[in-house]
Amino acid sequence: MAISRVVLFLFFWNAILWTPARSDLVILKLDRKIDLTSQTVRVTSSLKIENAGPSTASKVLLAFPSHQARNIAELRSFYREGKSKVSSDQLRVELVEPQGMPPDLTFYAVQLQKDLRRGEILNLDVLAVFTHSLKPFPEQISQTEVQLVVFQDSAYYLSPYVVKVQSLGVKLPSKNVESFTKFENSKLIDSEIKYGPYENLPVFSYTPIVVHFESSSPFAVAQELLREIEISHWGNVQVTEHYKLVHGGAHNKGGFSRFDYQSRPFASESSSFRHLLARLPPRAHSVYYRDEIGNVSTSHLRGDSRKTELVIEPRYPMFGGWKTSFTIGYGLPLKDFLFQSEGRRLLNISFGCPIEDVVVDDLIVKVVLPEGSKDFYSSVPFSTKQWEEIKYSHLDIAGRPVLVLKKTNVVPEHNEPFLVYYRFNNLSLLREPLMLVSGFFLLFVAYIVFMHVDMSISKSSASYISKLQWDEVQTSLQHVLSVINRCLAVHGKLEASLRDLSRTGDVRSCKAARKAADSVFKELLKELNLALGSLQSSPQAAQIWPKVEELVAKERELQERLILKHSSVVDSYEKKHSGREIENRIAAHEQKLVALRHEVDDLIEILDELC
Amino acid sequence: MGVKSEEGAKITSSASSAGGILFSMRSLKLKTKQQELLIRVSVLCLVYLLAFSVRLFSVLRYESMIHEFDPYFNYRTTLFLTENGFYEFWNWFDYESWYPLGRIVGGTLYPGLMVTAAFIYWTLRFFRFAAHIREVCVLTAPFFAANTTIVAYFFGKEIWDSGAGLVAAALIAICPGYISRSVAGSYDNEGVAIFALLFTFFLFVKAVNTGSLAWSLASAFGYFYMVSAWGGYVFIINLIPLYVLVLLVTGRYSMRLYVAYNCMYILGMLLAMQIRFVGFQHVQSGEHMAAMGVFFLMQMFYFLGWVKHLLNDAKLFQAFLKISVTLAVGVGALALGVGTASGYISPWTGRFYSLLDPTYAKDHIPIIASVSEHQPTAWSSFMFDFHILLLLFPAGLYFCFKRLTDATIFIVMYGLTSMYFAGVMVRLILVAAPAMCLVGAIAISATVKNLASLVRTKSKSQQTSSGKGTGHAKASLKAALGQSLPFQKNVAMALLFGAFYLLSRYVIHCTWVTSEAYSSPSIVLAARGANGGRVIFDDYREAYFWLRQNTPPDAKVMSWWDYGYQITAMGNRTVIVDNNTWNNTHIATVGRAMSSYEDEAYEIMQSLDVDYVLVVFGGVTGYSSDDINKFLWMVRIGGGVFPVIREPDYLVNGEYRVDKGAAPKMLNCLMYKLCYYRFGEMTTEYGKPPGYDRARGVEIGNKDVKLEHLEEAYTTSNWIVRIYKVKPPSNRR
Repeated sequence: MAISRVVLFLFFWNAILWTPARSDLVILKLDRKIDLTSQTVRVTSSLKIENAGPSTASKVLLAFPSHQARNIAELRSFYREGKSKVSSDQLRVELVEPQGMPPDLTFYAVQLQKDLRRGEILNLDVLAVFTHSLKPFPEQISQTEVQLVVFQDSAYYLSPYVVKVQSLGVKLPSKNVESFTKFENSKLIDSEIKYGPYENLPVFSYTPIVVHFESSSPFAVAQELLREIEISHWGNVQVTEHYKLVHGGAHNKGGFSRFDYQSRPFASESSSFRHLLARLPPRAHSVYYRDEIGNVSTSHLRGDSRKTELVIEPRYPMFGGWKTSFTIGYGLPLKDFLFQSEGRRLLNISFGCPIEDVVVDDLIVKVVLPEGSKDFYSSVPFSTKQWEEIKYSHLDIAGRPVLVLKKTNVVPEHNEPFLVYYRFNNLSLLREPLMLVSGFFLLFVAYIVFMHVDMSISKSSASYISKLQWDEVQTSLQHVLSVINRCLAVHGKLEASLRDLSRTGDVRSCKAARKAADSVFKELLKELNLALGSLQSSPQAAQIWPKVEELVAKERELQERLILKHSSVVDSYEKKHSGREIENRIAAHEQKLVALRHEVDDLIEILDELC
Repeated sequence: MGVKSEEGAKITSSASSAGGILFSMRSLKLKTKQQELLIRVSVLCLVYLLAFSVRLFSVLRYESMIHEFDPYFNYRTTLFLTENGFYEFWNWFDYESWYPLGRIVGGTLYPGLMVTAAFIYWTLRFFRFAAHIREVCVLTAPFFAANTTIVAYFFGKEIWDSGAGLVAAALIAICPGYISRSVAGSYDNEGVAIFALLFTFFLFVKAVNTGSLAWSLASAFGYFYMVSAWGGYVFIINLIPLYVLVLLVTGRYSMRLYVAYNCMYILGMLLAMQIRFVGFQHVQSGEHMAAMGVFFLMQMFYFLGWVKHLLNDAKLFQAFLKISVTLAVGVGALALGVGTASGYISPWTGRFYSLLDPTYAKDHIPIIASVSEHQPTAWSSFMFDFHILLLLFPAGLYFCFKRLTDATIFIVMYGLTSMYFAGVMVRLILVAAPAMCLVGAIAISATVKNLASLVRTKSKSQQTSSGKGTGHAKASLKAALGQSLPFQKNVAMALLFGAFYLLSRYVIHCTWVTSEAYSSPSIVLAARGANGGRVIFDDYREAYFWLRQNTPPDAKVMSWWDYGYQITAMGNRTVIVDNNTWNNTHIATVGRAMSSYEDEAYEIMQSLDVDYVLVVFGGVTGYSSDDINKFLWMVRIGGGVFPVIREPDYLVNGEYRVDKGAAPKMLNCLMYKLCYYRFGEMTTEYGKPPGYDRARGVEIGNKDVKLEHLEEAYTTSNWIVRIYKVKPPSNRR
């Protein structure tokens, strides 16, 4: 895309003799409209140009006095076909320094798409937007006074070409006009001042006019606006905008009276403003509005599927010369703004300031790409200063690449989308979660290591040794308990075999179970004696030894009882006693068993708590 | 018959199968001890989270912002610390406050809080968490409150048992008396200081219990942190000697105590002297003398014990004792007398006096008496802040006395002394809160444990009887019931339910208090609108931001000292006086200016280079803590230094009024004029004459206020803050 280079602050200091420009082009008809209804001055000129010379022309020169050229925020040119149809194709406009032109003029050349041959006629529309061109006069007003501003321009179109017929219309915000330069063919109709038509004016004709009129439109000027657009591939584009706003109109003098302000709440003639309207993209979410000292609670958000509107109210009404600064931020769905193109990712988002009718002196747009992005470049439809930075945010190691674009004198016309291309590997997304996971993992590992490492300094102290011994006692006690528990498990099996017997009457399997249990008991007894031996030898175990002994004894008794019961039941079944009889025979066993079982359980519980 | 037998078999089989299931469950189950550990740890974690999250009401209701007055200074200094580093902070001379005197910030503050917040901030930054310093500051107090619960657990465990520790942690997590100073945004010294206080006490008690140098050293460091964080460390350095003294007197002197106290005192003192604000005060000022005295007493005690051991003769030792005690007392008294007389030992400060004698401040230091949080506490606020703890406290004391140990003596003394201080000053309820929680926890834990053990024996025997359904179980039940009173179990159950009811009321009360009373940032005022909706008055910030943006950067703002910190922090402008009320004369000068006629005040303001005057006025909204209601304190404080200002001039028959019957001096003083400028034209309430003051409910007496040397520069949307510009002298206009 063609990028026009516009360098604003440039002067013609090289002495050039005033020579009438020789040009073959002639402007047949020119219609100029100056719109002064807001703080930005928009001049729309429709030119009808004929090439009267012999050679073909490839460009059309536009001339502005240098003091005006300094305030040019945007200069655009279009072909016009027919009456009102304007081609959407913008023509390239660039700053030129032609030879032999008068000083203190700045020239721009409109590059025509196709050369204008001799005798051909061309219709051209030129839009120029100026900022800071309305000067408040008087410069200081009190709270209740209305704001008057002065605008200066030329009644004639300043051009290096001869203009055959021309006219000028100045559109004002209201009918209240303090004064305007009276001139031939000048008249005020409603809120518009008309000059012209004037015919056959030579090149570089210039006649200053001054319009002094009432303007109550808000002069909101953002001296500095920093927009930070941060892309998160988790699905969000976070936009944060830091404003430093000033009321650029006539300064307030004599203080501010809340009483006067409140008693006339809807005073329309006042130049102060209370609200600003920001038009955010649709589906903007998590909108906030705050400043250095906290949240500003006066804002309203409304929106539908096509737009989101944020009405923000600064903490205090803005009077001339008053400043404020604030931050608004919002999140946008990633899929609305990020696209894929030829292996690259492509961010397509609006460049300018979303607040209506605000002039931005210095706009800095920072595009924060995700960590690990590379090969990035931007494509902006107008000239900007660019550089790169690094930003550190959550869990960044290398930092996120930031593409910074800077532009001065930004008007709502610059609210156009711009593109940022970059490459980004999706796997990089996983880096930060993995870092967190491994961090926590290491934390737990460190804790486990800490718990298992012997940190004591003196390995021979009494307390250390006794601690070691106690550990030993605990392990052997645990062993004892586990053996006892296994015994109890076998008891369960025996009981189960008895239940099976009562259901099926299968004496043989019951006997088999008994046999298996007996062998297990024998093994367990060996193990138990081993464990008890080591426990007994330890001096630390003296306190718990009686309990352990008691437990072992009870368990043995329990075991014996159970075996007794088992054999008597099996015996009765073999002798085919009735159920009642069996019950009677084992009733005593049963009672004793339950009681013993309880005692064993209690003992196990007590010992369990020790280790 | 057969059917019956089958039934019997079924019963046995079902019982044994149930036993089998139980058994298999047991082999899977954690051990009782592990279970208990798991429950304890998870309860502690939940309490930790609860303590943190209950303090976030203010963030939810309002926003993540700094509250009140002092926290703004702390925030500003923390900001300075994080931006400029520690050494710049330590040597910071602040030109923006106390114009034209300035303030040596590094030497006149307790840096603990700021350093803590900055440290957290730097740690987060190090781990690449891009937190904002404001968020860190806002959440510092809840974070430390959550840590306090853990300390309370260990402290309770040390004093009583782990059950009491758990209850103490749960109680302190939501105790309103503590929450009032530790909600999110309440970025004040107390936020970390209560943690430090309790931690120091815990470590000291642990040191006394174990006699270990390591714990004693740790408590010295805890004390150092406390000294760096809050002026309330004086409580520690007086309570611990008192405690030691009590132990000595009650014959509980031991080697453990000797080690713990000496190490803690000496190291703690050396460390505390590193804080510039404390410095040599720690060995020179009257408040710290008790600790030093007890230190020497300990040495005496030890020395006497040694001599006794050496002499091994009672008579000789008696004689020696007499001589040495007389000598020691004489030398001590002489040293104290000479030190005080020569000015080497500074006398007690006013604040300390006012603690011992609640009426002292009222008579002598109006500037201390003027602060609402220095007022004696009302009964209702005890109830409001402690709720059931107030009932549990005596019960807990009973249990403590029943089981006297070194640790319980400590908590009893901490509880009683802090209760006294809480009665003297509202803000010291905060210091009493941990003690109340701990003692209350002992009461709850001991009671519930007793009751539960009663209920448990019953339920166990019930279980066995239902399991067996045999005579044997009945017999055992009878045996268990043997000595017990009739209906004991039922009563125990009822009492248990009662305890749980009380505790649940406590929880409800705490939540309600936190959300309704203690979560307001006081810088943003909320009220109910006519239609029931919430109306927010954000006038303070409106005014401060206006100052910040629309006045020259070197403008000096005069206001009553309450707003000083906020103006410097939020308005970023120089103030004449602020909440660090170190210079009474300077404050009195401002008070004098406010209570003089405009032309006299103009001269004072000229001499102080004042560019703007800020007053707070609640007449439109009915906001009662405004400057007109504080005005008498300005008169008193001004009059305390400048006898030209006399309080009776502003009163009519001893009555303070602003209506037609007000004193003429009142109607024409600067404060009156600034508050009511153009208010006479304003209709505030339907059906009332213009100039009706809603805060005081009267029609004002002077409706035609003319200002000669000042002009209204800004008034906020609800008139709460009014800013006036001081005009230059008339020949320079």
